[in-house]
Amino acid sequence: MNIKNMIEKLELDEVTNLSNDIEFENVYIGDLLSVVMSNAKENSIWITIQTHLNIVAVADLIDIAGIIIVEDMEVDKDTIEKANELEIPILTTDKSAYEIACGIYKLEN
Amino acid sequence: MKKIKCYNYKIDKNDFVNAGKVSSEIKKNLKKIGFTNRIIRRIAVISYEGEMNIIIHSEGGEIDFEIYEDKIILKINDKGPGIDDVNLAMTEGYSTAPSEIRELGFGAGMGLPNINNCSDNFNITSSKNGTKIESTICLE
Repeated sequence: MNIKNMIEKLELDEVTNLSNDIEFENVYIGDLLSVVMSNAKENSIWITIQTHLNIVAVADLIDIAGIIIVEDMEVDKDTIEKANELEIPILTTDKSAYEIACGIYKLEN
Repeated sequence: MKKIKCYNYKIDKNDFVNAGKVSSEIKKNLKKIGFTNRIIRRIAVISYEGEMNIIIHSEGGEIDFEIYEDKIILKINDKGPGIDDVNLAMTEGYSTAPSEIRELGFGAGMGLPNINNCSDNFNITSSKNGTKIESTICLE
């Protein structure tokens, strides 16, 4: 599925300024960075409530396609800057991780 | 076996702003050389967890990253204060990270187990003068 398409359908807000024309193949939900590091597959959308700079480092290291920050969390400025630099889209929503995961599932099926 | 390349990276304690930078450098170098994604992923996990351990738990340290014809070795060394009980620290989910660190998503108690799981050979020694980890990945 295409990130651009998902943003539109799930009404996600873009905090990064990127084209988002990226295909993703998987979805992973997690807030503990070590667990995400060891389990998330490459080209995944990563759903989390973490907002600080290090999520971008983790995403970059394991080739995450994009990050969705849920529950209306405010994203740190440093995080957005770094994500733009490394071209990792960060999207936000006031919905829960469960609602977003269900939304992506519905789009795929 | 012949050593092909060797890198050294210094890491400061509490340097959360630069956390992941060393691992990112290592990954870039591996990509340039042309290693497979599977190998790069394993090494990225090892170096990231090593880097975070130094930042969160130590007085600072360094990672030596050595590429040989048939293997890659990561030496993750810090200046202390050491791990009280290494066996306990190797248990998945056991963590001594303070709560404010955990709220940021660190300190899952998966650092050393992740390094071990991604290594073909793993060795750790620890005293109050420092912790030394040697992780080897065999190249197929």
